[in-house]
Amino acid sequence: MTTDAIPAAVATRIPGERSRGIWRAVKYILLIGFALVVLLPAYVLFVTSFKGLGDATPANAWKLPESWETAGWSRAWEQLGPALGRTFAMVIPASIISSVLGSMNGFVLSKWRFPGADVVFTLILFGMFIPYQAVMVPLVQLMGNLGVPNGIPSLIVLHVVYGLPITTLIFRNYYAAVPVELVEAARVDGAGMLRTYASIILPISAPAFVVVLMWQFTSAWNDYLFALFFSTSRNGPVTIALNFLASGQLQDYSASMAGALIASVPTLIIYILLGRYFVGGLMAGSVKG
Amino acid sequence: MNATRKALAAGLAALSLLAVSACGSDSESGSTDEVEVFTWWAEGSEKAGLDALVTVFDEQNPDLKFVNGAVAGGAGSDAKNVLQSRLQNGEPPATFQAHAGAELTDYINAGQIEDLTDLYEEKGWNEHFPEGLLERLKQDGGIYSVPSNIHRANVLWANPAVLKKAGIEADTTYDSLDAWIADLKKIKAKGIIPLSIATDWTQVHLLETVLLADLGAEAYNGLWDGTTDWGGSEVEAAIEDYSTLLSLTNTDRQGLDWPDATQLVIDGDAAYNIMGDWAEAAFQEQKKTLGTDYTAVPVPGTDGVFDFLADSFTMPVDGPNPEGTEAWLETIASDEGQVAFNKAKGSIPASTTADTADFGEYQQTAIKSWGEDEIVSSLAHGAATSVNWLTDITAAVAKFGSNNDAAELQDGLVEAAEDNKPE
Amino acid sequence: MSSTVPSAVKRPRRPKGRIGGHGWVAPVLLILPTVIVIGVFVYGLIGANINTSLQDRHTIGPSQGFAGLENYRDLFTDDDFIYSLRNLLLYTATFLVGTLCLGFLWAWLLERKSRGESLFRAIYLFPMAVSFVASGVVWRWLLNNAEGDRASGLNRLFESLHLGFLANPWWTDERWGILAIAVPAIWQLSGYVMALFLAGFRGIPEELREAARMDGASEWQLYRHVIFPQLSPVALSAIIIIGHMSLKVFDLIMAIAGQTNYTTQVPATQMWIEFTRGDYAKSAAIGTVLLVIVAILIVPYLVSTYRQERRR
Repeated sequence: MTTDAIPAAVATRIPGERSRGIWRAVKYILLIGFALVVLLPAYVLFVTSFKGLGDATPANAWKLPESWETAGWSRAWEQLGPALGRTFAMVIPASIISSVLGSMNGFVLSKWRFPGADVVFTLILFGMFIPYQAVMVPLVQLMGNLGVPNGIPSLIVLHVVYGLPITTLIFRNYYAAVPVELVEAARVDGAGMLRTYASIILPISAPAFVVVLMWQFTSAWNDYLFALFFSTSRNGPVTIALNFLASGQLQDYSASMAGALIASVPTLIIYILLGRYFVGGLMAGSVKG
Repeated sequence: MNATRKALAAGLAALSLLAVSACGSDSESGSTDEVEVFTWWAEGSEKAGLDALVTVFDEQNPDLKFVNGAVAGGAGSDAKNVLQSRLQNGEPPATFQAHAGAELTDYINAGQIEDLTDLYEEKGWNEHFPEGLLERLKQDGGIYSVPSNIHRANVLWANPAVLKKAGIEADTTYDSLDAWIADLKKIKAKGIIPLSIATDWTQVHLLETVLLADLGAEAYNGLWDGTTDWGGSEVEAAIEDYSTLLSLTNTDRQGLDWPDATQLVIDGDAAYNIMGDWAEAAFQEQKKTLGTDYTAVPVPGTDGVFDFLADSFTMPVDGPNPEGTEAWLETIASDEGQVAFNKAKGSIPASTTADTADFGEYQQTAIKSWGEDEIVSSLAHGAATSVNWLTDITAAVAKFGSNNDAAELQDGLVEAAEDNKPE
Repeated sequence: MSSTVPSAVKRPRRPKGRIGGHGWVAPVLLILPTVIVIGVFVYGLIGANINTSLQDRHTIGPSQGFAGLENYRDLFTDDDFIYSLRNLLLYTATFLVGTLCLGFLWAWLLERKSRGESLFRAIYLFPMAVSFVASGVVWRWLLNNAEGDRASGLNRLFESLHLGFLANPWWTDERWGILAIAVPAIWQLSGYVMALFLAGFRGIPEELREAARMDGASEWQLYRHVIFPQLSPVALSAIIIIGHMSLKVFDLIMAIAGQTNYTTQVPATQMWIEFTRGDYAKSAAIGTVLLVIVAILIVPYLVSTYRQERRR
């Protein structure tokens, strides 16, 4: 949106070239300043991960490493490597399953009216907001009774279940913008509900799937609370392994910082590669009130 | 569109298979020749000790397989939660680590561990461990665990070079806390941290030694059975000393754990540190020599008293492999096991007959004290009180660390005792 | 999204109604599994939790009988619990204000095409990809409270930039310590709020702005009467999402201050402590209190959503 598009009549109201220039300078100073502040912790993480054991202390936080060593990274990888594989094995199925289910739910709730539909939607939505601590005590018992094995299987189940409200919400909002005539037309042509879903709805769902998959991936990848209650450092995801690494009494700072970076790489990649779609998806009305 | 659906379904199926196989490979098999040992000894000297113990176990029991169930994090609190979860769901490990003494009360009351009195009889352990220790291990009339080591909590560590800089003789001994505090103030005047300390539990540890010093062994013991009044003037005076000591510590204590505080002494940034003798391992690791680089004496006012704590192992009720558990407990109690474990971990053997000739210099002094001194139970490490009581005390101490309200601390301690004292 | 819709179907008037009448069996069946699962895992468990909170169950053994509201009475007469509630309130307020202001500011700076927009956007957004556990590792250092000689972390940075007056005890301060925990949280989520506002800004048709300018509106009036109203649904979304995340704060505090630290106690950490020592009834009661607090924030929003639905 450049100023060229503004009609001449309005152009006279725009302040002179100089103020605009100053304003632009201020804007970039602010943007760069904020960027530096945001990057500060990343700098410390990065720099410390390459320090030797004696060098990696809080007192030296801001200094560059005396000598660049990768021992911290290998120690971190040793601890986190197996957990990374397990985390992928948990996050990928959980995200996909909850996204698909959310999409179907969203379709039904946005396009069909049946008795209690609105109540059902509201009740599902509430599930998104509950503090999990409010159900943790009986949840531990329930999962035990259901016989779901501790570790990754439990976590997949939990992330799917508790991911349903948000995925349903996002898809419902997204599909709400689709004209109902499309669906009606399909029905008139004799398509059943599933057929309608597959042939009309699914093909246009890509932006919503991107948002939902990104959100679910990140939320399951970064979860600590469920992992703490339902897994151990031997069978749990990378958040638990990282906590193991970082909270040991004998602080191995360079390894913990390297570990924090390693644990963040997959989600970072997703955000960098797909960040544009995230904002785009938000724009498509998926998360607006 | 059908193709899309099919592809989606296939992808889903493949991924689920992947997930299942990924977790299938970690499934716990629990066959009867496996002994899963649940501890929080995941690193450092603790891990070294465990490894040494496992070597002995493997030698003594070639047909049994040790499975390491260690869970780290939170100085054992994560492990305790996982353990609770497993015990409640009926999936106990073959054996689990716990501090010997009152910490076991909750497990005993919930019927989760076996009374080992008969086992002690059978294996002759009543003669194998010192009387004083057995007394302290008895809970509810029975003995519920087998101790693997003995640690001393009331140890004062110092850096002689730092003392010299502050104008204090390195081998000065103090009869009481007051005499010591006077010197600490001198050190502070020189701009050196007099006493290093770390987060909440280490502060409880400090409080414990202050109570021991100011009250004496008998009154200290009385705190736990109700004969000493927590609201009385003796405790009040002890709290005052504690408050003074805390004011002479490093201000960034909340973000540190015990090794960081010990490191301050090693590095010469602080003069003194009070910590149990697992700190010895930190000094050894950094190749420091007792006497020259550092000194270790009983906390002023507690000479002649051994404030003990012990790690021990239990036999869970309905465990997966009772014979395996018994074999593990036997290894723990055996002289070979005791020597191997304690040498690596830096503690001293619980058994009276273990051969300690080539233990380190500090450990020799500890062994001597263990044989001669009066023994009391540590608060901060599960020997003197139940978990709930300790949690309440820790909360009160943590609060005091922030708001410096001595009266409130004493009230908190009184209330903790009220709520938790054994009937 | 609308590019795939055949033009024949596009009409000037777009009714967004739903299909009603007969033929609702299939949709109900499709949604039934979710309803059942949510029914059990959310409402069933909430019920079980409330039930536990009404029991006399303070050890790892079974319940000793019905205790009514006693656990709640104990909680609300406990100074430490009140302190943790106060902390939660302060934290939530700071977190909300911080993310909203920063997120809005960034979105505003970036909403007109700027050079390097995607770079800045990626930088502001990246903290969101990091887990609280991971960011806790470094923020623990940064928020170290030592000052003067032994300063490290941010305090040291301030001192070396001659901003020493900014050095402070961070999270160990008794009255305001909890606000220090809001700093990493704001760092982590302002990018998300920025993304929401960016989407909001881009959703305002340019014609609207031009029309306002043509009518002689100043920049300020433009914002006040056109842009802010258009952005208020976005702001509301942000408040709801950030607000409820804030009320659940747990892993950030565990990573930075540990669970026993007094100055950063919130209901969630207290709940963990009680759970750990086997006081299940008290733990469940705290959980229920948390739920009620969240409900106060969320239920009005849900009710208005429900009414919106009914109108469709």
